[in-house]
Amino acid sequence: MTKREEQSLEIVETKYFNLGALKLESGAAVNDVVIAYETYGKLNADASNAVYIAHAFSGDAHAAGYRKGDSKPGWWDDMIGPGKAFDTNKYFIICSNVLGGCAGSTGPASINPKTQKPYALDFPVITIGDMVNAQKKLVEFLGIKKLLSAAGGSMGGMQVLQWASAYPDDICSAIPISTAMKHSPQQIAFDEVARQAIMADPKWNNGNYYETGDAPDDGLSIARMIGHITYMSDKSMEEKFSRNRRLTQEGKSYFDVESYLHYKGGSFTKRFDANSYLYITRAMDYFDVSDIKFVKAAKKIDVKFLVISFASDWLYPSYQSEATVKLLKLKGYDTTYIEIKSTYGHDAFLLEFDDETKLIKHFLAKVYDDRKNAPAK
Amino acid sequence: MSEDTKRAPLEFRTIASIIEKESSVLDLGCGTGDLLYYLTKTKQINGQGIEIDEEAIYKCVEKGLTVFHTDIESGIDSYPDAGFNYIVMYNSLQQIRQVDRVIEESFRLAERIIIGFPNFAYFTARKDLLLGNSPVTKNLPYQWYDTPNLRFLSIKDFEKFCGGKNYKISDRFFFSENKEIKLFPNLFAQTAVFVISKR
Repeated sequence: MTKREEQSLEIVETKYFNLGALKLESGAAVNDVVIAYETYGKLNADASNAVYIAHAFSGDAHAAGYRKGDSKPGWWDDMIGPGKAFDTNKYFIICSNVLGGCAGSTGPASINPKTQKPYALDFPVITIGDMVNAQKKLVEFLGIKKLLSAAGGSMGGMQVLQWASAYPDDICSAIPISTAMKHSPQQIAFDEVARQAIMADPKWNNGNYYETGDAPDDGLSIARMIGHITYMSDKSMEEKFSRNRRLTQEGKSYFDVESYLHYKGGSFTKRFDANSYLYITRAMDYFDVSDIKFVKAAKKIDVKFLVISFASDWLYPSYQSEATVKLLKLKGYDTTYIEIKSTYGHDAFLLEFDDETKLIKHFLAKVYDDRKNAPAK
Repeated sequence: MSEDTKRAPLEFRTIASIIEKESSVLDLGCGTGDLLYYLTKTKQINGQGIEIDEEAIYKCVEKGLTVFHTDIESGIDSYPDAGFNYIVMYNSLQQIRQVDRVIEESFRLAERIIIGFPNFAYFTARKDLLLGNSPVTKNLPYQWYDTPNLRFLSIKDFEKFCGGKNYKISDRFFFSENKEIKLFPNLFAQTAVFVISKR
């Protein structure tokens, strides 16, 4: 057993919360919304140690530890656990699958109670705001009025910014990582190519493929391959693959980078729903908190920010994080910013856990102490 | 005063004596945050820093400080008008490209600026020059080929600069080897701390 495994959590379990009907930002509503979630650590007596972890585009509620029978831990296990950045000996950690997702929460693949069939494209348009509103209900259900922090990378970072924007009174701090206040045309363009790849697959069939059992795996796989290109950097690809080639058993020769993308694309189709891909990327593309609604200017401000970006991330370049920081500073928010040197590109937020730990551990400890020592209101 | 702040250099103690309790301070080029931390502990300031070095940022966060990882020239635009009581530039002035713009911008943010820098006209530096070598002193420890310093100024230079810009020098302190220097500071002081404001 390695040292890091010793620090992993005990067996964890995904739970499900039915929040009832959720009114959406569009004005539509979804009934019987179920949110899949996991929690780690213990909520303290005054419910002041809760941290919400928001997952990235293709993530899920299983952020840390092993579920029964798992061979791999959750997606941010390097960061969450006893003694880690999000120390489960000290904090109560919550992670849930986003609304519109396909890992236990209500999304386009869920059964529409009205028709008793999967929603498919009858699922209403959802936003990052709707996702966070569902998370807010989950957090309240768990008995928490005010979060100590919300943290997450990429689309998780967008949710964090949305928490700060929509519920500034209900969080003490926010840790948006490798993210942006809004997508640039380049980011929207990559999403659109991915969506077109899915919709161009005849098996997509206008979103109606659940009952045939024949999903648009080719389209979804290509979408994911495009995604993976944008998650790496020129340098990390060189280091990982160079121009190495390998012969397959059939005598075909593939570059390592090709095999990698094929493998990643193929395995993605086993765990992700094509319609969820369409809905969630739309939600990201429409997200925009760059205007003043971000901040209630005249109010006493007490949300503390830690903004992190990575130097080789060209999908969410540092200038986007700097724009967030500048807006926050101009509005008077207490904001710490760091651009971490890394060659991993956008994937860095999942991989550079040593540097992230150094920052988040101390930042959270300070927020925790400040909250404990603050005069009661 | 806690153990870690007790043995602070005289410059730190002097700066702390200038700053009012619980005021807000922006430290331009805060390094590993030692001064900010000292002022937080001794004067309960609401402090923030700007720093370009990544490793220094980790040290600042470890101390619980709020810090912005960027260069001074572009970071300084990100703060609201009159957002601070003091701007501090301690050992960073000599590394700034657009000194006069940064000082003008600083006056947009605060009425008082506290500036500390090493004196290039310190007598051993003059001796080095006299012997035909670029000066290397305790407070200017770099060789000509590896120095981060862009500006080499003396106490006299800075006073002339303030005169020319019509800035008011409300206080000035001179130091050598952790002692205050009163006599011929431009010759015998290794470092200087000025408090300036607009007339």
